[in-house]
Formats: sequence, C-alpha cells, structure tokens
Amino acid sequence: MNKRMDLDCDVLVVGAGPAGIAACVAAAESGARVILIDDNPLPGGQIWRAAIGDPANPKSQNNEAASWLRRLQASGATQFLSTRVVARLGAKLVLAENESSSIEIAFRHAILATGARELLLPFPGWTLPNVFAPGGLQALVKSGLPVQGKRVVIAGTGPLLLAVAAFLKSKGARIEGIYDQAAWRQIIPFAITLIKRPALLVSALAYRASLLTSPLRYGWWPVSATGEDAVRSVTLTNGKRTKTIACDMFACGFHLIPNTELQSAFGCRLVDGNALVDELQRTSVNEAFSVGESAGVGGLDLALVEGQIAGFTAAGKDSNARPLFRKRRALRKISAAMDRTFEPRPELRNLVQEDTIVCRCEDVPWVSLRRYHSMRHARIYTRCGMGPCQGRVCGAALNFLTGWETGATRPPIYPVRLSTLIREPQISPKEKP
Amino acid sequence: MPNLVKMTIDGAEVNVQAGATVAAAILITRSGFRRSVQGELRGPVCGMGICFECRATVDGQPQLRTCQRLCENGMVVNTDE
Amino acid sequence: MTAGTYDCIVVGTGIVGAACAASFAKDGIRVALIDCLGAGLLATAAGMGHIVVMDDSPAQFLLTRYSQKLWLSLADNLPPTAEFRNCGTLWVAADNEERSEIERKHALYKDHDVPTRILSRSELAVLEPELRPELEGALLVQSDAVLYAPIAAQCLTQAAVAKGAHIFDGEVISIGQGTVTLRDGRIIQSQRIVNAAGERSPELTPGIPVKKRKGHLAITDRYPGFLNHQIVELGYLKSAHSVSLDSVAFNVQPRLTGQVLIGSSRQFDTTSEVDHAILGRMLARAVEYMPGLASCSIIRTWTGHRAATPDKLPLIGPWPGDETIFLATGHEGLGITTSLGTAELLSAYFNGHTTEIPIEPYLPARLGEVVHA
Repeated sequence: MNKRMDLDCDVLVVGAGPAGIAACVAAAESGARVILIDDNPLPGGQIWRAAIGDPANPKSQNNEAASWLRRLQASGATQFLSTRVVARLGAKLVLAENESSSIEIAFRHAILATGARELLLPFPGWTLPNVFAPGGLQALVKSGLPVQGKRVVIAGTGPLLLAVAAFLKSKGARIEGIYDQAAWRQIIPFAITLIKRPALLVSALAYRASLLTSPLRYGWWPVSATGEDAVRSVTLTNGKRTKTIACDMFACGFHLIPNTELQSAFGCRLVDGNALVDELQRTSVNEAFSVGESAGVGGLDLALVEGQIAGFTAAGKDSNARPLFRKRRALRKISAAMDRTFEPRPELRNLVQEDTIVCRCEDVPWVSLRRYHSMRHARIYTRCGMGPCQGRVCGAALNFLTGWETGATRPPIYPVRLSTLIREPQISPKEKP
Repeated sequence: MPNLVKMTIDGAEVNVQAGATVAAAILITRSGFRRSVQGELRGPVCGMGICFECRATVDGQPQLRTCQRLCENGMVVNTDE
Repeated sequence: MTAGTYDCIVVGTGIVGAACAASFAKDGIRVALIDCLGAGLLATAAGMGHIVVMDDSPAQFLLTRYSQKLWLSLADNLPPTAEFRNCGTLWVAADNEERSEIERKHALYKDHDVPTRILSRSELAVLEPELRPELEGALLVQSDAVLYAPIAAQCLTQAAVAKGAHIFDGEVISIGQGTVTLRDGRIIQSQRIVNAAGERSPELTPGIPVKKRKGHLAITDRYPGFLNHQIVELGYLKSAHSVSLDSVAFNVQPRLTGQVLIGSSRQFDTTSEVDHAILGRMLARAVEYMPGLASCSIIRTWTGHRAATPDKLPLIGPWPGDETIFLATGHEGLGITTSLGTAELLSAYFNGHTTEIPIEPYLPARLGEVVHA
C-alpha cells in the first residue's frame, strides 16, 4: 500500500513556484543532482499556475513562465509533484509523502521555496461558502470552476486583488467592485516606486484598464458577509459610510504571509515571520536556504533572483550568484514598499464579533479566545489551532488580532498518512535519482 | 476538443474537463459541501491545500483535500452533503 | 505575607496540584496555589486523559480504584468541554498467555467490586470492528473513562478558588523551610508546602526520586465511529514495567471529536523533540492491532514527560528532608486518574482524619535513605 523510497541528492528544492524553479534550474545547470518537490500536480506554484483548457505554450502563459518551465524540464532535476515534505528527520534528511509513497530524502543542501499564503482575517460571515481568498478563487477557477456571469466582489488588500479581478473578468465574471483597505495616501507613493519597474507598472495599469467598468476603491474594508447557504451580499465601509453589494462570490484576503513551517522545523531563525537569510540566501541553519515569498513577500522578480542565488550557491557556484545581488537589492526595496503599502489597518482588528468563528477547523468563536493571553493557552483550553490546518489560518489571524506568537512547530508539518511515519528498515536497494 | 473525465459526485454522474481538480468539479453544481464540526456549511477558501475546508471522501478515503486532487475517470466522490 | 495566613501552599497547577487545592479548600484548609503557567499545561496537557484502574501492585490498584470512583462522582459537575466519557477500557489479549492474564484480572477485579466482563474474540469484533480479528479476546472495564485533562485541571482550580483558595501567578524559584519564594520577590509562608510540580518536582526539592519519562502521542483527523473504547494491549504493563528500556505499547483512545489518540511510548529522555524512531515504532505497534489506522491522517504528534519513581508508585505525604514539605508527585502515567485520590489522601492526612485507603504505600519515606541538599 505504502511504497517506501530512499533517495539522495546534492540539492533538495522544496516548492516549485518561481523561486523554487529558479533555484532548481540554477543548481541543476551548475551540475548538481537536484530533487524538486511540490504539493501541486504541476510546477509553477500559484502565480504561474496554468489554467486548464489553455494550451501549454507561451500564448496562454507569459513568455517568462514558459521559458523557465522549459529550462526546468531540460535541467535534469528529478521532480516529485503532488508530494509534500512532512517532517525533518535529521540535519540532512527529510520525510515526504505523496499518494502512493513515503519518501526519505538525504541532501547536502536544502532550498526552501515554500512560498506564501494569503492572510485571512475573520469578520461576520467569512466562513460562508463562496467566500474565498482571492488567490484561492483564482486557483479554483484555473482548476475548472466556472465563473461566467457570476457577480464577484473583491476586497482585502494587496496587488493580488487587481490581478485576480482582471483574471476573473477574463473568465467572464462580473466584477462588482474591488475594495482595498489601503488608503490613497499609501497607494500613491507605492505607485511612484513602480515607475522604476516599468513592467510592473504596465501590468498594473493593464489590469486597471481591463477593469474600467468596475469600481476600484481604496480605503474600504469589509464589515460582514451575509447569506444562508452561501454568500449573497457583502457590506463594506470606509470608516464613514457603508455600502452593501449583492454578489455570488466574495474574494477577500489581506495580502500574503510567508509559509515558514518547514523553516521552523529546520530550526531556522525567523525575524518578523520571515526566515532570516544572509546575502547568499542561507538561513541560520547551515544546510538550509530560504528563497522567494518565504524569505519575505516580494513578488515574482525577487523570487526568481533569490532562487538563482541560492541555486548557484548550493551547487558550489556562488560566483554566479554574486552578480545578482544588485538586482535583488533594488527588488527588495520595492517589496518593502509593498509591505508598507498593504499593511492591514488597525480597524480590521475590530471586525470580529463575539460569535465570529476564528478557528475554522474546530469552530472556536472569538468570545472563547479573547480571555487568554497566549496562543498556547488558547490552544490548550479551546482546541483553537489543533485542527488539520495546524493553526495556519487561525494562527495568522490571531497574530494580527492579538499579537500572539504561534510558537514552535512540531512534526508533522502537514497532516500525514500514519503509515508514512512508520519507518521500517529498508528492504529494497537504494534508489538514486 | 477538451478531454472529459467521467466521475461520480454524491451519487450523481458528472463529466468534467480533464485537468480539473475535484474541488472545482464539486463547485460546478454547488457552493458549500463540507460540514464544520458544529455543522456549519463550508466550502473551499484558499485553493492551495492550507485551509482544509475542501475535504471530501475520494474513492473511499475520507478527509482528502480536493483542491489538490485531479479528477480521474471512475472516481467516486462523497461529500458531507 | 505573614506566616499562618495559609495552612498550605500548593506548588503546581497540573491535574495533581489542582486537585489538591480543590480538596484542601473543600475541606476547610486555607490554600495558596502557585501557578506559573496556567492550569494543566505540562504533562497534564500532553497525556491521554485516561481514567483507568491498574493492578500492577495492590497499592496501585487501591489508589486507582479509589480515584476512579471519585472521578465518576465528579463527572456530572464537569463542563462539556472536559469531554468526560465513560467509555470503558478494553484490555486486549494477543495470545494465550495474555488470555490467562485476562482471567486473572477478571477474578481480581471481581474481588474488589470492580465490574468487568470477559469478551470472546467474536464479541470483541462486534464491539471494535477495526481491531484485527486474530486477537484472543479482551477484558472490558466499563468504569474506566476518558476526559480532556487541561479543562479538568482548570475546573479544579476554579473549584478551589470558589472555596476560598488564593491563586498566586508567578514562577517559584525556591521552596523549603516553610517558605515559597517567587521570581518577582514575593514570599509566601506556611508550615505545609505541597510539591505537586510533577516532572519539575526534583528541581524544587532536590533529592526527590523522580525522573522524567518521555512519552509520545499522535492524534488523527476525525473518523467518527472508528473506535469506541480506550483499548490497551496487555503488553502495556510490560512497557510500563520496564524501568530502563525504550518501549512502546498499543494504547488508543477515542476522543469525542471522532479523532483517535494514539500512544504510548516510554523513554528516559529529557528532551522535548519528537523522536521519529520511537514514534514510528509506536505507530507500527498500533497498526498491528488496528490495521485501518495505517491510512488515517495524523495531524499532530507531541511529547510529554511523566514523573517516574523507582517503584512505580506516587509519592504522597511528608518529605523526610524538610518537615514543611509534602509531596504529591511521581504519578508516572496515572496522574490524571490518581489526582483526586492523591488530593483526598493528603487532605485527610492534614486534617488528621482516617484516610479512605492506607497512605503508607505512597509515603516518600518508604524509599529509605534520601540524599538531599
């Protein structure tokens, strides 16, 4: 039932988004034996996720993505897709699993390109069906969910809102409005920094142009979503006025937070929720690099640069990495600007009502949580964070609402098939990639 | 001409485009398909295997995240609904 | 703080400390309870919350049975979040030797008015269809129960406060000679200090013969109906017996949520990290008994440390090294169960009443010469 594999490599890359792909290509093209792991069925992560039905050629995906994916396929790296790293077994050994197998992978260096997830904040009605994270709705549509004719309201914060709105519109959705909680006075300076990156500015303007019929408002945030079996309307406010908009779907998310559970399991030092890295993208743990969104949310270009720096370095070719430092510096400035621009405002801490569910896995409402002073207490006494999402959703929300830190990760990093954790002695000969 | 995959969702036969995920396939005909521990109706949120709201029973195996599972011919899916 | 304000200071708010504070307060003892973390956050939170009669020795049997009866009468006063469930324990036999052991236990328990029922292989299969069919049968102890211990500890501290106990939030840096000193400089005095600090008790009272015995647990996603009773292999006793070896034993518990809690392991290891080797062995053992577990999703694993004594009995009563210190520690894997009995014994002892069961087997002095600071 559970096949068992023992593999080894020079460089293990975890995550096949742009950062991981760049790392994989850089390392493999430099001569390292590379294994790439990703929990999705195809490489590309979120941003380069191909929509089904689109032919897999540069016409539907942009040229840059297609080029990197081609290089990935040509690189000779061994790919394990729909596969997830679930535990760190030793300094240079991880345990991964997929549908059919449990896999132990020994490596010399690991490049952790685990990406980011959307910050979801609780408000009345946020648990209704058809309330999605914006990136989540985009992923579902790319995976076959039709949105033709559906009225969609998009809210929250971050560059994803416009990108998702434009994408959904291209799939036939009616965008009833885009509401970013960032204030105009924050957006304008950010827009000005984009002038240094014309490509980004052009795509932002292109999004805007494609959405001219939809209201785009800054300084508005959600108050509640209402409906019976699914969301029917959304109420938003700018602090002075409120408006209620009928809709079929509500996509609401508050920008991105890095996925750092694997980094935690490696013992990497985290600062402000990001893995602390040196100029070569090395974490505080010798064998581990961290790149892309998981080292600080910064967008596509930065992910590609960081991935390459780590890939070259892990393959012993850090001389190829150093020329990229300058580009990274510039891109990090933009990413820092982005973080400042889209920081969630304090009013968002007051949306939650007593009976608003905060822990979705265990149905723990705010009233049960607010009497505690730490995530640990809240967890032990209310089960908040003890469900299968392992506190990824509620932990991030509570960190924003209360400042509570989520605390150390224990294995498994994701829910794992019990048989995977049984490490019987090896019977079959070692498999090499 | 896109390939179609034949599968069963809660007893009903459906045809979906090849490459679709099980979550998307279920959402074609309804919104929420999972019951929370207190019985609230829920649907997928994050689309990337983080929130666990998309869980359903696939080919007899319960608690599977359907947003990361591709539809296959003959697949039998059962939700809480 | 002046001496005489408190008849007793209880150090530690795990299930044992909480139970002591509740019993003392109920019996009119003026209690100060020192809480540095919150109720039930160490071993109490890490363990299985199994309320079980065990007969490793007559003294253990008496204490667990006494305590179990106390839990059963307390059950109605616990909130739903304590998840108290009188689901019973099934001790399963894998071979003929274990089958005879079942007969022996059945007779012993009967002599002591603990109702049990011997189940044949086919009866066992009906009660627990997920168990592999080749087992030899089981002993059902219906009076055993499970609960969510941190909430129970929280309730007990609240009960203590309701009867007049005072809680001091603070970290204890030393106890002895009638004085408890907190990190913030506060001093509390009493002629009786109860060290109920479990795995940390020797840090406060050097020389206490308590060693940390690490255990692992794993919990699955929700599979309602998979498991109905706490099921323990009879070999568990061999595991708990073994004083020095690393060992695992099949021990599973149904939670009210439908999750399956899987244990157990024992090692003398003071680290808190999950040891994947022994975890794997523990899970392999579980799959031997319940093959269906192999495809279940494990969503969390964790460790905890039991407070283990050399003779597997807890330490309850005066500590020979300091006439103001009394112990309520060393409960190994039976802390949840015997917390209530421990508390009642100590309370009766303090009040000069006859104890319901003899306290002598648990007195710290039984272990002979004590080397202390």
